[in-house]
Amino acid sequence: MDNVALRISHLTFRYPGQSYDCIHDLSLEIQAGERFGLFGPNGAGKTTLMSFMVGLLEANTDAVFVSGKDMSIHKKEVSASIGYVPQDFAFYPELSPVENLEFFGAWSGLKSKVIKQRTEELLSILGLSDVANKQVFKFSGGMKRRINLAIGVIHEPEILFLDEPTVGVDVQTRHAIISYLKALNDKGTTLVYTSHHLKEAEDLCDRVALIDKGEIVAYDHLSKLLTQHEEGDLEQLFLKLTGNAYRD
Amino acid sequence: MRDKVGLTLMFVMPILLALLITSIQISAFELVNNNKIKVLLLNKDKGSLSIDMLNKLEEVGRFELIEMKTLDPKTVGDDMNDRDAFVALIIPEGFSDKMTQKAQGAAGKALVEFGIESQVKNLAVLQMDSLTLYFHPVIQESFRRSVEGALKSVLQVMESKTMLDALYVSINGEKMPASFEQDMMANQTGVREQTTSHNGVRSIPNAAQHNVPAWTIFAMFFMVISLGGNIVKEKLSGSFVRLKILPTNFMLGLLSKQLIYLMVAMAQVFVIFSMGVYLFPHIGLPALNIPDDFWGMVAVSFICGWCAVSYALCIGVFAKTQEQANGFGAISVVILATVGGILVPSFAMPKSFQLIMNMSPLHWCLESYYGFFLEGGKLNQIMANVAPLLISIVVMQLIAFIGLKKKNLI
Repeated sequence: MDNVALRISHLTFRYPGQSYDCIHDLSLEIQAGERFGLFGPNGAGKTTLMSFMVGLLEANTDAVFVSGKDMSIHKKEVSASIGYVPQDFAFYPELSPVENLEFFGAWSGLKSKVIKQRTEELLSILGLSDVANKQVFKFSGGMKRRINLAIGVIHEPEILFLDEPTVGVDVQTRHAIISYLKALNDKGTTLVYTSHHLKEAEDLCDRVALIDKGEIVAYDHLSKLLTQHEEGDLEQLFLKLTGNAYRD
Repeated sequence: MRDKVGLTLMFVMPILLALLITSIQISAFELVNNNKIKVLLLNKDKGSLSIDMLNKLEEVGRFELIEMKTLDPKTVGDDMNDRDAFVALIIPEGFSDKMTQKAQGAAGKALVEFGIESQVKNLAVLQMDSLTLYFHPVIQESFRRSVEGALKSVLQVMESKTMLDALYVSINGEKMPASFEQDMMANQTGVREQTTSHNGVRSIPNAAQHNVPAWTIFAMFFMVISLGGNIVKEKLSGSFVRLKILPTNFMLGLLSKQLIYLMVAMAQVFVIFSMGVYLFPHIGLPALNIPDDFWGMVAVSFICGWCAVSYALCIGVFAKTQEQANGFGAISVVILATVGGILVPSFAMPKSFQLIMNMSPLHWCLESYYGFFLEGGKLNQIMANVAPLLISIVVMQLIAFIGLKKKNLI
């Protein structure tokens, strides 16, 4: 129990005005230090589930625990230990990478000395030192993705939630981002990752959960699931469990 | 705030607006009050009364009479354009004779009524032919009324004088002595103009006192385009979501954002007022006089600025796109400025608009500033205007808070 980074227990949620549950009686556990993948077709409930995990949606008592603390009671304490990298470029494009990191670092409660040190470190690792003081709106999509990631990890979170962190980038940037995430995980950061890029997910994730219509349809180590369902890769498994029909 | 061009425009545009509107108002004022109005004149009358009347019209000091040999109703417009005139006057044939006859008739009737005479010839009071006054189509109603008023006033004096002459002749059988006529006609009661004020100091408000505060308010509320659009951008980009999950209280961040924009609003006030004080006199405009209650004015500027920021916040929270925030924000500020008395003086508005006017925060901002700039008041004397502003701020902040809560952004 001590090693559990995140636990969701019998979570059910329906958006106002909807006739069905977006999340239905869903339970799962993510161990500290693991690389966990959350997959499912469009509208399966992945984003909603991640919103509960990071505290954007408020769950009932005893439904979501992060680092052993009930999210509905200890949200502010928990928020210091989690990082979130949304799919959108959630930063200020008119500011430079340094200014963005300073701003979000301050919001994360870091002291200015720590912010400065972390900013230099992250910009160097992610290959942005040369453009540290240029306005972000002039950057390529790949550079923006890296800044998006840097902001999410500036406060060295224990658990990092990543919503499609490599969408729309070239092979080099994808490789750099995945390598960096692996390095972070090696240092003990728990990764909770969602993507439609299943080849990348196979490379990154230890355990996975496949969600469809608000329920878990598969949840285990990837290798065990492939063996169990006699499939060669995650994409085949995905299609087998969720079907071929459009999910718009 | 990295958008230097946008930031500069937030200061330059209102300064230009205040400068232009003040200049235009002063030009209009001078046109009506200082410059002589050119009047094309066709006098078809051969008598002396029309000449007397025209002399009196010139004595008013506001008209420059240009005598014409002909004035055709079909071409009078072209004649006005050729001579830069806005007004043309035609005095009908027999004007003097008819006015004399009318006066004699009225005098005779009066003598019978008073019982001085039992029977007098020509008891019927003649109807005069009207003078014809042409106005250039660009002339506004207020200007027409002003010219018409001056002409009627001169006509009234002429009619009174002629009537007095006729009465004197009827009673005394001889012409009225010039000295007596002068005594009778000269005793006109004067009108002394005074401007009311809170502090008893009677300075005449100039166009700068009217315009500079008004356009400063307009500029502050136009911040809606920057702040409102900025909030929408943050909502759409996900920055709000990211900030929400960080440990710092989101409301603190929102207050910091408001504080920054409030500082910009105060800077706008400082820059525009300074222009009014120091630049205006150098370019031939009246200087802005800073009120005696300086700190009261600063406090009201702060409240007006916060009101503008609160309005921008509301727009930003409820708009779904930047286009919505910019379009609705800008047009709504123009509407609120119009009904609030910034574009059109509040006293000139129809009664049905008075209630709507009270709903505009810009109206209360303007009234508060006018309390200082035009009435020489102190903060405690204008609290009736400041109170609605404070209420507006509370209401708009509450609406924004509820909106953010509903959208799950805080």
